[in-house]
Amino acid sequence: MAKSECIAMLLAGGEGRRLGVLTKDLAKPAVHFGGKYRIIDFTLSNCVNSGIDTVGVLTQYQPLVLNQYLGIGSPWGLDRRSGGVHILPPYVRSKGGTWYKGTANAIYQNMGFIEGYDPEYVLIISGDHIYKMDYDELLESHKRNRADATIAVITVPWAEASRFGILSVDEQDRVVEFAEKPKQPNSNLASMGVYIFNWKVLKEALVRDEATPGSSNDFGKDIIPTLLKDGARLFTHRFDGYWKDVGTIDSLWEANMDLLDEQPALNLNDREWRIYSVNPNRPAHYLSPESTVQSSLINEGCVVRGTVNRSVLFQCVTVGEGSFIEDSVIMPNATIGRGARIIRAIVGDGAIVGDGCVIGSVDSEDIAVVGSGDHIEAETEREEVETV
Amino acid sequence: MKLPLMGVINLIHETEDMGPLTSGRCLATVPFGARYRLIDFVLSSMVNSGIHKVAVFAHTKYRSLMDHLGSGSNWDLHSKQSGLFVLPPSMEDQSDFGKGDLYQFYRHRDYFARSPVEYVVIARSHMVCNIDFAKVLEQHQARGSDITVVCKDWPDAHTGLTRKAKLDADGRITDMQDHFGRLASDVVSMEMYVLRKELLLDLVDTSLAQGKDHFVRHAVMPRLGELKVDAYMHEGVLGVVNNIPSYYKHSMELLDPKVWNELFFEPGPIFTKVKDEPPTRYRAGSSVTGSLVANGCDIEGRVEGSILFRGVKVHKDAVVRNSIIMQNGVIGERGLLSNCILDKEVEIQSDRQLMGASDLPYIALKRKVI
Repeated sequence: MAKSECIAMLLAGGEGRRLGVLTKDLAKPAVHFGGKYRIIDFTLSNCVNSGIDTVGVLTQYQPLVLNQYLGIGSPWGLDRRSGGVHILPPYVRSKGGTWYKGTANAIYQNMGFIEGYDPEYVLIISGDHIYKMDYDELLESHKRNRADATIAVITVPWAEASRFGILSVDEQDRVVEFAEKPKQPNSNLASMGVYIFNWKVLKEALVRDEATPGSSNDFGKDIIPTLLKDGARLFTHRFDGYWKDVGTIDSLWEANMDLLDEQPALNLNDREWRIYSVNPNRPAHYLSPESTVQSSLINEGCVVRGTVNRSVLFQCVTVGEGSFIEDSVIMPNATIGRGARIIRAIVGDGAIVGDGCVIGSVDSEDIAVVGSGDHIEAETEREEVETV
Repeated sequence: MKLPLMGVINLIHETEDMGPLTSGRCLATVPFGARYRLIDFVLSSMVNSGIHKVAVFAHTKYRSLMDHLGSGSNWDLHSKQSGLFVLPPSMEDQSDFGKGDLYQFYRHRDYFARSPVEYVVIARSHMVCNIDFAKVLEQHQARGSDITVVCKDWPDAHTGLTRKAKLDADGRITDMQDHFGRLASDVVSMEMYVLRKELLLDLVDTSLAQGKDHFVRHAVMPRLGELKVDAYMHEGVLGVVNNIPSYYKHSMELLDPKVWNELFFEPGPIFTKVKDEPPTRYRAGSSVTGSLVANGCDIEGRVEGSILFRGVKVHKDAVVRNSIIMQNGVIGERGLLSNCILDKEVEIQSDRQLMGASDLPYIALKRKVI
């Protein structure tokens, strides 16, 4: 892609309310994932690996952690002389200012930023999803179809189709129908929330949408349906890799567990498509002579003296002697005391789980959660821990 | 906080006997501690102490050094207010190459002259430690020393090649001898010298004018009476890594969590070049105990008492004992390693067995396929 041929706008304002105590101080894109990363690392890495070097990150809810994390973008190679990563929060103008009212309004409020790069195409992505995708292929198919907009889609099981924005297409993959969370889906092609627009088309649609009374200013609910109604050339681009919205505790836990498969669908070890992140630069992890570790991912700086089975340990986690961790996700800097049992749980970053605690249970359907920075007193027994 | 101290990491004629581990690289970039290079320890210590300008006097085989240090950004030495200067030998002709460090200090004297900073610390790359140079400078100023040499009281048998120092009751150095000398003393020099920049430049000019070009041997050792040369005693852990036995011994010491914690965190963290490797994957059936494992490894076999660098693969039913496997090493199925040091990218094919002795580890050269 040429320098300003295509720029990316990354929606990172998600509140992630359904992640409860894990998002009390941070936006959803900043939630930890995969033993080392934050969710937004995947889309940022996709951008740079696809040759996109200008990314506007639209922040809104709890932006501090995210702002600090992104910095000037150097961990992703986005510290560029021109372009690079730009954090775009809502701001006050001379006639006042408002929060981003919706995903489309967020882009509308930053039209000036986009115009500054005078791009041919604009890629709209979300910082809430875990996937590895070459946006260059998406752009190629967009150009091939001479489309006004191209929507990346993934085939979902029919039973789940009513949870997504569903697109029906003709033989040329041109969109004929779009339905947001339909009760009776006519297709099982779900929108991934990844769009490429011709900037001219998008700009006009945004201006029109902003002037429409009662619009929710949302891509899925307003922009796409309106363009479709007006006969714009909307096409789909099929993606057949791993894609997951980790919006809930269950899906966050599942997505972490997916990484522990013998041949995980999401390969983090692919050196041709590295996922970049802010490296904590901590020493190699230490497994003591008493430790047992199986089917797990363990990051730098950990010290493990207990048993870890089918779990993901982020950087600088300590696991005391005699502790047993299974089917769990332990986020950075958490400390697990001695003789604790943690099963089917997510322990938030910086949490302290005292000696002898029992968190979660094999029999429980729900995933137990220990909030970030929480201190669970020794000998506590809880199936579901969720405190704020 | 700015410290009135500038750093020199002196790689010119570093004493070493590392055999194959330095056949393609300088001592400073020998991989150590699962993800570091030897130079990371002194460089990180300098940065954590508040030193903003560091010059690395490179000498030979410095491709890996340039690659590792880059712009210095991993050590925060890339800003307008700081700087990392890699200074290769500056020569009039070939014969200058054999000349000592004082000659190179002279050739690169602009590095010293351009900075308003008053003091210099000259260090080597092979002292594995974590030290606060601000405290060394504090003692230097408090005692009114001319030169302060960081030393360690190290009575236990050490394997690296070190200079020894003899101190009087006040901690002043009265005698200093090279590693092959017979000086009876438990105090070893950590080859870190703090002195005023003006004194250094004076010693450079005077010594060169006298036809002498070796900083410690010609400028410091003969002046132990004339100058006040004091020892600063380092209390933390130390590894002097400049031959194979010391490399192996001090590597294995990292498997003691106390040493691990002190060396890597106290007083400050040790930084290195970032590699963006994913977390290490332990597969079903793996067994890893008493080991240090860096990111990006993929382990299905058994590992005991060993150090695995980034991106090492240990296949099913392979056994790795008391060994050091550097970056991207591959141990094939049912392979057996004991007391081995594998340099980067060595591949041990299935069913191969390699045994070294605990005092004489087997060493495999970089990219060897066995």
